[in-house]
Amino acid sequence: MPDSLLPIRINNLQLTKGNRAVLDTVNLTIEDPGITVIMGPNGAGKTLLLRCLHGLIEPDRGQITLGKLSVADSGHRQAMVFQHPVLLRRTALQNLAFAAPRHARSRPKQLIEALEAVHLADRAHQPARMLSGGEQQRLALARALLSKPALLLLDEATASLDPASVLLIESLVKAQSIEGTKIVLVSHDQSQARRLADDVVFMSHGQVAEHGPASPFFKTPVTPSAKAFLAGEIVL
Amino acid sequence: MNALAEAFRLITTLDPDLFEILWLSIQVSLIALVVAAVIALPLGTWLAITRFPGRKLSILVLNALMGMPPVVVGLIVYLMLSRSGPLGWMQLLYTPTAMIVAQMILITPIIAALSNQVIENLHQEYRDTFHSLGITGRRAIVAYLVDARYALTTCILAGFGRAIAEVGAVIIVGGNIDHLTRVMTTAIALETSRGNLTLALALGAVLLALSLLVNALVIAVREQAGKRQYA
Amino acid sequence: MKHLIIVMALALSTHAVAETVMVQSTTSTHNSGLYTYLLPLLKKETGIQAHIVAVGTGQAIKNAMRCDGDALLVHARPDEETFVAEGYGEYRRDLMYNDFVIVGPEADPANVAGAPDISDVLRRIKQARAKFASRGDDSGTHKKERALWQAAAVDPDVGSGQWYLETGSGMGATLNIGAGLGAYVLTDRATWVAFANKQDSIILFEDEPALFNQYGIIPISSEKCPTTNHDAAEQFAQWLLSETGQAAIGAFRVNGQQLFFPNASQAGQAGLNQHDD
Repeated sequence: MPDSLLPIRINNLQLTKGNRAVLDTVNLTIEDPGITVIMGPNGAGKTLLLRCLHGLIEPDRGQITLGKLSVADSGHRQAMVFQHPVLLRRTALQNLAFAAPRHARSRPKQLIEALEAVHLADRAHQPARMLSGGEQQRLALARALLSKPALLLLDEATASLDPASVLLIESLVKAQSIEGTKIVLVSHDQSQARRLADDVVFMSHGQVAEHGPASPFFKTPVTPSAKAFLAGEIVL
Repeated sequence: MNALAEAFRLITTLDPDLFEILWLSIQVSLIALVVAAVIALPLGTWLAITRFPGRKLSILVLNALMGMPPVVVGLIVYLMLSRSGPLGWMQLLYTPTAMIVAQMILITPIIAALSNQVIENLHQEYRDTFHSLGITGRRAIVAYLVDARYALTTCILAGFGRAIAEVGAVIIVGGNIDHLTRVMTTAIALETSRGNLTLALALGAVLLALSLLVNALVIAVREQAGKRQYA
Repeated sequence: MKHLIIVMALALSTHAVAETVMVQSTTSTHNSGLYTYLLPLLKKETGIQAHIVAVGTGQAIKNAMRCDGDALLVHARPDEETFVAEGYGEYRRDLMYNDFVIVGPEADPANVAGAPDISDVLRRIKQARAKFASRGDDSGTHKKERALWQAAAVDPDVGSGQWYLETGSGMGATLNIGAGLGAYVLTDRATWVAFANKQDSIILFEDEPALFNQYGIIPISSEKCPTTNHDAAEQFAQWLLSETGQAAIGAFRVNGQQLFFPNASQAGQAGLNQHDD
């Protein structure tokens, strides 16, 4: 049984850009296996936190552990879907083949099944970069899931997509969560957060302002910035 | 105008002397190109995606080497291959192989520096994704080269253009020997020194036509690639 | 590794079955077309394929000193004799001669055509500050030219860059410049006859003993250069010096004119190996 990546512990994380602390002593523990949504106004540090988790950024100070593993050691058990899908200059199927773990690379049937799961089987031999935005993102999601990750990160993954694609991706994410994959996603879309979140992390000004189960957070947020954010006001 | 007529005549009558030196030119430059590309493409890519102390300096030197004067390269290769030189025992002086070596030295920095540029741009785009998917090292280099294949044809074309058009290096290491090491550019130099300017221009026109043909082919290939968003 | 294999394969493929001799010679000899005419005859008679590297005399001699050749065929007797005396050559033999001429623009601004001798020609050119294109490259022709200035007690260097133009180039390139600028040039007759870009330049002065131009043949020393193809070089030299070779040289014509005059004899410089008959 592969090591679980829970709990995710973030201790005293610090990241400075110029002379501004963009992540300011972040302390966070994520223990529950459900879908964790990180919310907050633009510039709060949500994406930066996710990138630190995934090993794309080295924080200036602080530690992150996932279960018993460090960020570096857990890399192969994590997968991420970015806001803008980056696909190779090949067909959709070839993109999956490229990313697949070695044993799966020579099994086209598995790859076709992966395409079917995201409703892209009929696009298998199309140049990937000629697919629509929603189709490309679904392909990116299929690619991320090939390695059967224990932790799936999504950074505003549906921000620029058409509603049909948004719903399809949300249902796929929910299905993955049910199968046991831990999901941490960043979203600025309140309605999406309400649809998906089991627990919510609210960030503001580079810090975690609130962290708790979803329903109570949406009903009665504690901090003023969270209150203002949920009310649709601009949070400075 | 006479020159163009002469060039046309040489081609259509399949002039054997012309085709002999044309074929040698193509062979020498093509082989030099292949060997240079095999070295330069992975080198340029590796420099683009690997971080190490002295990286910026290495790229600076590589770009500077693009401007190596061919005649200087020819001189250095000549002294190496000279019978009284360190590699004289290989008996390569005044052979097409010596010309290939000289041209290879000339165009490797060009292809490496240009491909480095191309791959750096691609790296900006792919870096996060490759990190996320765990693509590193040799697999990453191959992936970059494959994905940049159409952009890299421009780099390779630049190398070919430099090779087929240079005369300074090949005339020193090749000796411009009739039926042995005479290529288009050295033949043009010879006919110019004989005062046969029309013939020299005609040869120049043929060389230009070859260059145009190669470029047109590559552009056609890239157009096709563009249609599938592969470029 | 792949590179090394390609290199070796190509190196092997260029060593053809026929015996080859690498000859360091001069651009003026080569540009006249003499070799294009002689070499097939040589091959037919002896089976030897000669490869000519045509560069300036100075470069030819230096290349030969570096052992980058099997034989040396130039026209700079003092340097050739030094070459043999220092042990780089087996021996030196007179091979053929031609002559130098002064060419220049038809308009002849320095009135060179009326001069009684070559010294006067040069005096008139300097006086008129008429353009003169010199090889300036330590070639046989260049050394001859400098010797003539010296014999005339005329110093052209004061005008260098103004009317005395030192091109640092081969005969053909210098003639191109001369024709283009309307400058006087000292050239060997053979190159001039074969030159195709004369424009409005013609021969203005010729036929003086001082303009005599002697060619010599030297096989490169097998002692100083053990890797030279000594046998082929010897055969090459001997064929050129033989009756057949000499006759062939004399039979070479451009535009109906004989360009080279064979004059091999028993005279000539013996080398360290005493190869004279």
